[in-house]
Amino acid sequence: MLRGALRKAREAAIHGLLLICAAVSIVTTVAIIAVLLSESAGFFKQVSPLDFFLGTRWAPLLEPRSFGVLPLICGTFLVAGGALLVAVPAGLATAVFLSEYAPNWFRQVAKPVLEILAGIPTVVYGYFALVFVTPHVLKPLWPQTEIFNAASAAIVVGIMTLPTICSLCDDALRAVPRSLREAAYALSATKLEVSTRIVLPGALSGVVAAVLLALARAIGETMAVALAAGMTPKLTLNPLESIQTMTAYIVQVSMGDTPAGTLEYQTIFSVGSTLFAITLAVNLIAHRVLRRFREVYE
Amino acid sequence: MSAAPLHSRTPPPDVFRPRLALRRRLGAAFAAFCLLLTLGALGVLFVLLAQVLLAGWPWVSRKFIANMPSVLTPEQAGMKSAIYGTLWLAVLTGLFSVPVGLGAAIYLEEYAGRSRLARFIQFNIANLAGVPSIVYGMLGLAVFVRWLRCDRSVLSGALTMSLLVLPVIIIASREALAAVPSSIRQAAFALGATRWQTVRHHVLPAALPGMMTGIILALSRGIGETAPLILIGALSYVPFVPGGPLSDYPLTSTGLRQWLSTALFDQFTVMPIQIYDWVARPQPEFHHLAAAGIIVLLGVLLGMNATAVAIRAWQQRRRT
Amino acid sequence: MRKDRLGRRVGLAAMLCGLCGLPAASGQAPEKLSGRVKVDGSSTVAPIMMAAAEMFRAEQPRVDVAVGIAGTGGGFKKFLEERRELRTDINDASRAIKAPEMARAAQLGVEFIELPIAYDGIAIAVNASNSFCDSLTVAELKRIWEPDSPINNWKDVRLGFPDLRLKLYGPAPDNGTFDYFTEAVVGKEDASRSDYTASVDSNVRVQGVAGDPGGLGYFGFSYYEANRDRLKLLAIDNGDGKPIKPSLPAIRDGTYRPLSRPLFIYVNKEAAQRPEVRAFLQFLFANAPRIVENPKVGYAALPADLYRAIWSRLEQGVAGSAFADPNAAGRTLPELFSGQKK
Repeated sequence: MLRGALRKAREAAIHGLLLICAAVSIVTTVAIIAVLLSESAGFFKQVSPLDFFLGTRWAPLLEPRSFGVLPLICGTFLVAGGALLVAVPAGLATAVFLSEYAPNWFRQVAKPVLEILAGIPTVVYGYFALVFVTPHVLKPLWPQTEIFNAASAAIVVGIMTLPTICSLCDDALRAVPRSLREAAYALSATKLEVSTRIVLPGALSGVVAAVLLALARAIGETMAVALAAGMTPKLTLNPLESIQTMTAYIVQVSMGDTPAGTLEYQTIFSVGSTLFAITLAVNLIAHRVLRRFREVYE
Repeated sequence: MSAAPLHSRTPPPDVFRPRLALRRRLGAAFAAFCLLLTLGALGVLFVLLAQVLLAGWPWVSRKFIANMPSVLTPEQAGMKSAIYGTLWLAVLTGLFSVPVGLGAAIYLEEYAGRSRLARFIQFNIANLAGVPSIVYGMLGLAVFVRWLRCDRSVLSGALTMSLLVLPVIIIASREALAAVPSSIRQAAFALGATRWQTVRHHVLPAALPGMMTGIILALSRGIGETAPLILIGALSYVPFVPGGPLSDYPLTSTGLRQWLSTALFDQFTVMPIQIYDWVARPQPEFHHLAAAGIIVLLGVLLGMNATAVAIRAWQQRRRT
Repeated sequence: MRKDRLGRRVGLAAMLCGLCGLPAASGQAPEKLSGRVKVDGSSTVAPIMMAAAEMFRAEQPRVDVAVGIAGTGGGFKKFLEERRELRTDINDASRAIKAPEMARAAQLGVEFIELPIAYDGIAIAVNASNSFCDSLTVAELKRIWEPDSPINNWKDVRLGFPDLRLKLYGPAPDNGTFDYFTEAVVGKEDASRSDYTASVDSNVRVQGVAGDPGGLGYFGFSYYEANRDRLKLLAIDNGDGKPIKPSLPAIRDGTYRPLSRPLFIYVNKEAAQRPEVRAFLQFLFANAPRIVENPKVGYAALPADLYRAIWSRLEQGVAGSAFADPNAAGRTLPELFSGQKK
């Protein structure tokens, strides 16, 4: 009897302990939101939200001051979009190749290499963009490329997120039941047709979710973009120009010269809150899509 | 739909054949295209490595690893304080993030089921994985350095990095746990084991190699970070290792305690920050030092990744 | 016994040196000190402090001096932390302390001692292939760099210049060099056009100018020195018709105007009383010319008597900033610091 009761108590205690571990993540999110919002509140008392969200000139540190965040958002999406343009076709094609075509030994070699690509520090990618991608890849093709430009940042961020897309798409492709493939082969479809007309549409939700998650990551990428894309906030769609993303701006000011407590310093938190909100929205969409994907096969 | 049986509607004999050859060729072309892209991705890695090796290899030496950084004599400069700082940070981050991460993963996968709370926590973790690292730095500064009074120390840095890598560890561990066949769990339950007994003695050992891979990958991400640590207060020129030379402390248990308490709260630097500092200098010798530093850092990361690969290979051998 | 005699001899030497107003040369502190000195702040000034720390370590190996590069503003944040234990002892600054920071210091009760430590010149450079431009006047620079400037081509800069696109490279806003340049050239701090290529890393700026035939950029003089063969230095005319090229002598004696700026360190008065901090500062000031003008550091030293006057500020604990006085703008360092013995 006692042993049963003791055991029950122990089980309950362990259950509680594990719950606390899981709750740490909630505490972290709450803390992040608290830190961001408390300082942003001070900022929005002095700058109207309309000016902030709809203004097209971002010059909080230059005279005359201007606090329109649209150039930063534009810069962020230019780089993130470009990164997806690089990562999605390459990642998807690599995933298809690895899961449908490649022999086992090739996959054993390719997967760790892709993981290494994901593990290289972002500063190294930033310098790679500055020292190799811009002078040796972009400038020969388009001589008017500036030394800092959105394209080189997009390329390296794409390479960074490629392993994520590749492994997530790989999982999605594998989740498609073998029976579907077999049926298609039985109807004399070639491997290409099976991959593109049967497997891929079946895994589409998973692929879309992977793309959205990679987008969230690309949006939040900090150092590589700060080094490669530059520090010139600009409302432009030309990837060969220098722009500034939200993350690069946060890095610039938090490691720079602004005294604490000033309005200029609080811009870090208002931009940070905007960034958090955007990443949250993208993740919400990805979550919904993933849920639909899960339901199809269960 | 016509009532005629299917087998009586044979298609003309030449419909498939020519298209078949074309389709096969298209298939081969597609395979080649995919292969090209894959190789392209791998090729980028090699180019990156080649660039760095060219610039920095001559400067990597035993001296480089054993010496303290030097501003006046770059030829004699080394990364000792940065290497020690990175090691301290890696070990401490592992100590904090692994138990909490494993606990959370076990809870979500084994205990929570599909309740609303569990789904909310899951979504939360996925969201945290996308938060830019510098926001974690701001959080760490406010919570660990100021509120919890840990000073600008290795401890604060490690706690901040733990928060950063926690989502990755949780997600990777959940995958490892989910991969364990449910038959193992069912068998344990059938024999009367409690949930914790099942997890502890059956599920966890089976999932451990996969978890180790995830942990190592998460830690290698934490090691490469710069911006949040600068915000926490990691410095650029640190001519000492955390805690100072070991010879300062007696070889007793009080000595050990003293060393730990001094080292944990000591100032520090890490390899990416040292590299970042060297790259910004005007004199070209520092750029070579930076390249050498990158080589050492990549060496450490490659070592960690190699361990992950070895563990995965060992795990697969055990399975088959 | 030996230590006693050595101590007495050193004490005598120190006394004699104290009489001439300079700390004892090569810092012969009688006993071996230990402790930590926390230095942080501007990444421009940091090489000076790192070099000093390294040299000092040879004398006092048990004193650990660690240097950070959180930026002048970031450094002041740490210098003026709420909690005393978190504060740094010395803040490196590439500009004088600003009013909000002074107010915070007053509010927290932190007394600081302002010590100029070196001169830095801001070099204006163009691409090495640029053969038509040898000098620019401050007025021309202002027209190029002021907010909403329409100048995008060299031919608009001065009559006679060729039709070549002007590509500008400068530091990102929120940087000591940027603040100083805009104040000295455009006339108002932070007033600058926004459509130039901004970068935090001076090396990248050098690369930009060196790779662009129409490039024009500004950065610290030490960055030019390390890249002489790729850049062409411009002489600057401060309005008197005599363009001066930046060089260590010109920066040192102030003839390179207005782009020579002083670099400062701010010392926490309370921390300065700790023996290891004091010994470090003593060493720094006794060896200042050697440290500041070391080729790996690359700044210009102040004249010797100015260093003496500044050291006496520390000795007497003169707190507060000389720039708090609104009349201080435009006066040179010797004017502000030599006449300040209380």
